[in-house]
Amino acid sequence: MELTGAEIVCESLLKEGADVVFGLPGGAVLPLYGALSSYPGIRHILVRHEQAAAMAADGYSRATGKVGVCVATSGPGATNLVTGIAAAQMDSVAMVAITGQVPRPAIGRDAFQETDVTGVTLPITKHNMLVMDVKDVAQAIHDAFHIARTGRPGPVLVDIPRDVLLGEKTEFVWPTTTKLPGYKVPGEAPESQVAAAAELINKAERPLIMAGHGVLISHAYGLMTELAEKAQVPVITTLLGISSIPSDHELNLGMSGMHGMAYANIAIDEADLIIGLGMRFDDRVTGRISDFAPNAKIIHVDIDDSEVDKNVKTTVGLVGDLKAVLGQMLPKVEANVHIDWLRHIEELKIQHPSHLVRDSNELLPQYVLQRLTEVTQGRGIVVTGVGQHQMWAAQHCKFTEPNTFITSGGLGTMGFEVPAALGAQVGRPDSVVWSVCGDGGFQMTMCDIATAVESGADVKFAILNNTSLGMVHQLQDIFFEKDYVASEYTANPDFVKIAEAYGIRGIRVTQQDQVVNAVQQAMETAGPVIVDFMVKEDEIVYPFIPSGQSVKEMLEEPAPGEPSSKSSSKRSSTGRS
Amino acid sequence: MAQTNHTEQHTLIALVEDKPGVLTRVASMFRRRGFNIASLAVGNSEQPGLSRMTFVVNGDDYTVGQVAKQLDKLIDVIEVSDITKESIVTRELALLKVTTTPMTRGEIIQIVNLFRANIIDVGSESMVIEITGEQDKTNALNALLQPFGIIEMHRTGVVAMVRGQANGLATGYAGRCNGSVHN
Ligand SMILES: Cc1ncc(C[n+]2csc(CCOP(=O)(O)OP(=O)(O)O)c2C)c(N)n1
Repeated sequence: MELTGAEIVCESLLKEGADVVFGLPGGAVLPLYGALSSYPGIRHILVRHEQAAAMAADGYSRATGKVGVCVATSGPGATNLVTGIAAAQMDSVAMVAITGQVPRPAIGRDAFQETDVTGVTLPITKHNMLVMDVKDVAQAIHDAFHIARTGRPGPVLVDIPRDVLLGEKTEFVWPTTTKLPGYKVPGEAPESQVAAAAELINKAERPLIMAGHGVLISHAYGLMTELAEKAQVPVITTLLGISSIPSDHELNLGMSGMHGMAYANIAIDEADLIIGLGMRFDDRVTGRISDFAPNAKIIHVDIDDSEVDKNVKTTVGLVGDLKAVLGQMLPKVEANVHIDWLRHIEELKIQHPSHLVRDSNELLPQYVLQRLTEVTQGRGIVVTGVGQHQMWAAQHCKFTEPNTFITSGGLGTMGFEVPAALGAQVGRPDSVVWSVCGDGGFQMTMCDIATAVESGADVKFAILNNTSLGMVHQLQDIFFEKDYVASEYTANPDFVKIAEAYGIRGIRVTQQDQVVNAVQQAMETAGPVIVDFMVKEDEIVYPFIPSGQSVKEMLEEPAPGEPSSKSSSKRSSTGRS
Repeated sequence: MAQTNHTEQHTLIALVEDKPGVLTRVASMFRRRGFNIASLAVGNSEQPGLSRMTFVVNGDDYTVGQVAKQLDKLIDVIEVSDITKESIVTRELALLKVTTTPMTRGEIIQIVNLFRANIIDVGSESMVIEITGEQDKTNALNALLQPFGIIEMHRTGVVAMVRGQANGLATGYAGRCNGSVHN
């Protein structure tokens, strides 16, 4: 049967298993919406802002391992996707963005709502395409999904002019293969190099695994844990590697880097071998590159060849799918104990207890997260925004299952917390999804609370409300002589009333003894809930290795009784709403 | 990255899909990663639907290795190869427009003949010279003609090819999809 381009897009989405799309219509893409109504197998979730469509697709993808799909119209609709697409690119998230474009004869004439979207997104997509013929639509969608989900995943944008969506009809023929002669997906690594890596591991006395997002993407967590246990190698997770090994695993040292655990950073400094798995030695992880792991040889396994030797010089670099490479490596790695090294790390933990929360009468944000994670028992999904609350969540939340910590790492996109949580909840309706929000980031995207309500996405929002752009405030505290310009809010809305305005439950928490009860109540309430935790202001995230510095310059939380490294803010208390 | 390799000129060739936007993708990648292209030439290849590109890139081994990997990562790029260390032939075409007077014309013609270049247009006060060869040859001709006054020069950029049977791509660049072992 002959179909329109729009119908072919729908047929192709179904073939690719995309049963949920997040979007918002407009003139150029309206033909696609016209077709959607005849495809009940595709659930469309109407967002309030296209930014949320991209970020919801991101959260959906990370929570399910499937490709997240978002749809927008030409011009402003498409440009509103940009931040979400850039975030997905930085964090290697499988996403397909479909945008309407002005009709072919109008392209290049600055037509109404014409933006060169493939031009705009060229540097922030894994690939993009402008489909100029209805006969190419099926192949384009097929190729887009293939590129998005294989190799190192990433966002792919498909731009389709209105008259390709709704014009000439053509026979729908689902392509049997991709048409991508230049696209390669690495599998196993060369045996000789795997052997070289295994030998380094077998000889190492102070080895460390650094586990990144690739461990989750490649489903390599089982093999990684096996490797760690067999050779007794402690595991450090990057921000995006969190949840690749259970938090309570005795070999898990937690996160390292700028706000990582002090003992993890010290261990890196002392290690004689770093085994980087599916991570990219980002500057937030390494600090000053010349001082990173100065005593270590480096094994780096990544599916993206261009990551190997990019930031750090490797001793052995292995390009391949992590799960396949670990499968090759495991039999070659000898069982080991590393008793002295593990004992030494236990001592470091005692000397530098950065995973503990200090006693205080005030409502510390760290305390809130500690109680929250106790109540959920580390089950369900935690999504965060960007800033202090994100770092505290990375430090204090516990995880038992893979792919349960969802955060914007590479781009550090504030506002991610609301739509990404929505997307995660839509993808995993049986999971409890907690969105840990900053009051800053929450206000960037809180319009999409309405989308959560409408789509029945049962997200629990925990705002760690410090009435400020906390992370900026912290940097001003330390590096700009407490000149808190433009980082303190004086007229935040009442978030409990915001909840009520959206017809959902809002709970305010001002004291420690209310925390557990509020979390429980939120979980017992059907539908989204907003909990406004009025946390202590001016709290600093420790440990802290300032940007471009090394573990030698690491700031740790002052012990109780010691003078704090900071004094109190000069702001009055009127900032509270 | 702490590397002590010195900067040198590398010649890379790539086989790419002949599609709209491929050149933009390549150029955009160079720009956003801060790599410099000394010269770039693009044209049809022996295979329909595919183009060949020759890049001359200045950089140390690390930088050029990154260039090759980043190029290879582009979906429309089918294969990339650093052929600097291979046995290769390279050619560049250049047009030079030189000021002439009745006094200098004879001397210029002599120089052009010495270089086996061609005069392809003669005017009353200028002439256009065509030269084909390795870049050094054009540089030398350019230097000799400078004193007469060069009005315009246009160089095409180098195209390169590996000698012998190979098509230049099978060799690959160091580390391509292979990782690396350094000791
Ligand atoms: C879209 C965007 N704009 C600006 C920034 C810079 N930035 C990083 S953290 C931060 C403060 C975030 O404040 P909030 O969401 O309240 O979280 P908090 O740090 O207080 O926990 C800012 C402004 C950013 N990461 N993203």
